[in-house]
Amino acid sequence: MARIELVDLAHAYGANPGAAGPWALRPLSMNWRDAGAYALLGPSGCGKTTLLNLISGLLTPTHGRLRFDGRDVTQLDPRERNIAQVFQFPVLYDTMTVFDNLAFPLRNRGWKAPQVRSRVQEVAELLELTTDLPRRARGLPPDAQQKISLGRGLVRTDVAAVLLDEPLTVIDPHLKWLLRRKLKQVHQQLQVSLIYVTHDQVEALTFAEEVVVMNHGEVLQVGTPRELYDAPAHTFVGHFIGSPGMNLLPCALEERSVWLGPVQLPMDPRWLAAARQAGTTYQLGIRPDAVELCTAATPDALAAQVRSVQSMGTHTLLQVECAGGLLWIRAAAGVSLTTDTTYLRLPRDKLVLFADQRRVAAPGAVA
Amino acid sequence: MSLKLQGVAQQVGGVVHLHPLDLALAPSQINVVLGTTLAGKTSLLRVMAGLDPPTRGRVLDHGQDVTGRSVRARNLAMVYQQFINYPSLTVRENIASPLQCQRRPATEVRARVAAIAESLRLTPFLDRRPAELSGGQQQRTALARALAKDAELLLLDEPLVNLDYKLREELRAELLQLLRERSTTVVYATTEPLEALQLGGQLLVLVEGRLLQAGPTLEVFHRPASLAAARAFSDPPLNVMPAVFDAATGTARVLGHWDLPLAPEACNVLRTQGIQELLLALRPHQFRVDARSAQHCALEGPVVLAELSGSDTYLHLRCNDVPLVGQFPGIHAFTLGALARLYLDPRDFLGFSLEGATLFAPPAAGAHH
Repeated sequence: MARIELVDLAHAYGANPGAAGPWALRPLSMNWRDAGAYALLGPSGCGKTTLLNLISGLLTPTHGRLRFDGRDVTQLDPRERNIAQVFQFPVLYDTMTVFDNLAFPLRNRGWKAPQVRSRVQEVAELLELTTDLPRRARGLPPDAQQKISLGRGLVRTDVAAVLLDEPLTVIDPHLKWLLRRKLKQVHQQLQVSLIYVTHDQVEALTFAEEVVVMNHGEVLQVGTPRELYDAPAHTFVGHFIGSPGMNLLPCALEERSVWLGPVQLPMDPRWLAAARQAGTTYQLGIRPDAVELCTAATPDALAAQVRSVQSMGTHTLLQVECAGGLLWIRAAAGVSLTTDTTYLRLPRDKLVLFADQRRVAAPGAVA
Repeated sequence: MSLKLQGVAQQVGGVVHLHPLDLALAPSQINVVLGTTLAGKTSLLRVMAGLDPPTRGRVLDHGQDVTGRSVRARNLAMVYQQFINYPSLTVRENIASPLQCQRRPATEVRARVAAIAESLRLTPFLDRRPAELSGGQQQRTALARALAKDAELLLLDEPLVNLDYKLREELRAELLQLLRERSTTVVYATTEPLEALQLGGQLLVLVEGRLLQAGPTLEVFHRPASLAAARAFSDPPLNVMPAVFDAATGTARVLGHWDLPLAPEACNVLRTQGIQELLLALRPHQFRVDARSAQHCALEGPVVLAELSGSDTYLHLRCNDVPLVGQFPGIHAFTLGALARLYLDPRDFLGFSLEGATLFAPPAAGAHH
């Protein structure tokens, strides 16, 4: 397993590599530690698969360097980099048994039969494939087939990293969490470096110690699930993480307060000064579960028009129109509203201030 | 619109896709068909659409037998999982195509296409062809074409399943708003219990080709007719715990280890029917990380996995070797393998016989909290 360094790495597709763009991946420098679990998260076209292919060696970058444990691998092909890959669809020799599928990468490297047997047994046990070992891969259900693909990646002890590209796409929703659990256990027990590409926040946040959120070829934030939720570095991260995402309201700054539509909220002047330094357009963000409903108009309450009230069984989801925007509110189950107008309170410590879409750190808090 | 299915069954090459079933769609509402992959959702929609004739039974439209009548002869539209558009036509021509089939005047076609394109945010792409669009825009086009037809019956077969997670969330909210503004009867097939709850309306629970329950969505959620229906309508999975009831004390020994007091109504049912062994079930969100009241009891076990959805944490435990999952709002950190507690209020329990028939359900969600 290896420490992976990305040094000013960038990529543009097309006939004229090195030209000014458009970048599929904008210049980026990062260090990923050995045996870490990372997820690359973003919508289609955000550059996450490009980044994965640069790491595996399927693509050679138009710019920058890539190092594994300090060794420059930028010009090496996937085989020389010693990378294992798991794809969206299981890649198997379907006429072979499960055992032979798992043994294949080891036999290829000239392992002796007894070592092959014991390593295959070990990996099969971890993936709960032991009883399937004598069966042919062909007839097995998709989740078992995908576990075999994963097993083929894990069975070698010398790989620098295992890269997974949307590996749960073909898995039935009811089985996904079982495989997510398996991946987590595999990471803990085998201490392998795993890099996982997905557009699904559940998969990314569950799997990874650190999540790399991308959009339009740019890395917007690298953080733990909690950091992404509480302190999104960019409005896109706020919106993309959480279901529904963070509410974003345009606001205007005064010396010691902000205007949200017709309502003035007092704020720390140091925070507002920092925002003015950082940009010219401002938004306040708040998570749907942090908005408080109140029944009467108070000076700091925002009037809102109720657009929809949906009982979700576990909670109530409201959509309201407020201060010129649409807001999602996650309220307790059984909340009922008798009027079309309601009032909202936005707790000060739950607000995130953005200037030109970038988060402005609150004074006294860690950036 | 009134569509009824009478004794409809479907078999393909000796494989049963649908067991005999009767149903009536709720007119001018969203009818959600909830079931896992291969539960028979697509088979059911195709029979409703007249795309496949059923092996047995009748399809009645306004009381008229339309079994096996071709789609073209009926006033309905269907949208599929795959993004299906006319590849050689522009977005504008795609949306206009059903109106041109109906030989509507050109001015009306123009106006309708413009309005529908606007509501589905397709206006900037009207002159593009499907291949030049993202997946989300392609499916918006297919939805726009179906809505343009203004059919009495709109069949949507997992229309959002092939879209990115976030896109799915946005388009679902928009689609719901558009459908609420219309009087169309909608059938919407999904594998996701949460999506079913968000769509609301009427729910049909389909499990292995059997229609297990039909009724208002929230009612089915709170009062499942069977263990199988309750399982189908729970994501993360329903927690099912074997229990033994002691009529003398009114308590149940849960998972062979914990003695918990049951609600008086539940005790009555069990005493009347002389039941000792049963299954107690709890939805994941009914577990809590802390004791809210004196009524709360705790189960304990090692943490198997903590999943984060972005807004919730799903905590998987093994309690006395039975896998359980709790759902908690917000992001919580747990150490794998460490002991954790799940608090519960025994009054939230759903009770099922060992055969899976419903014995009791709490009166209403959260009424006692």
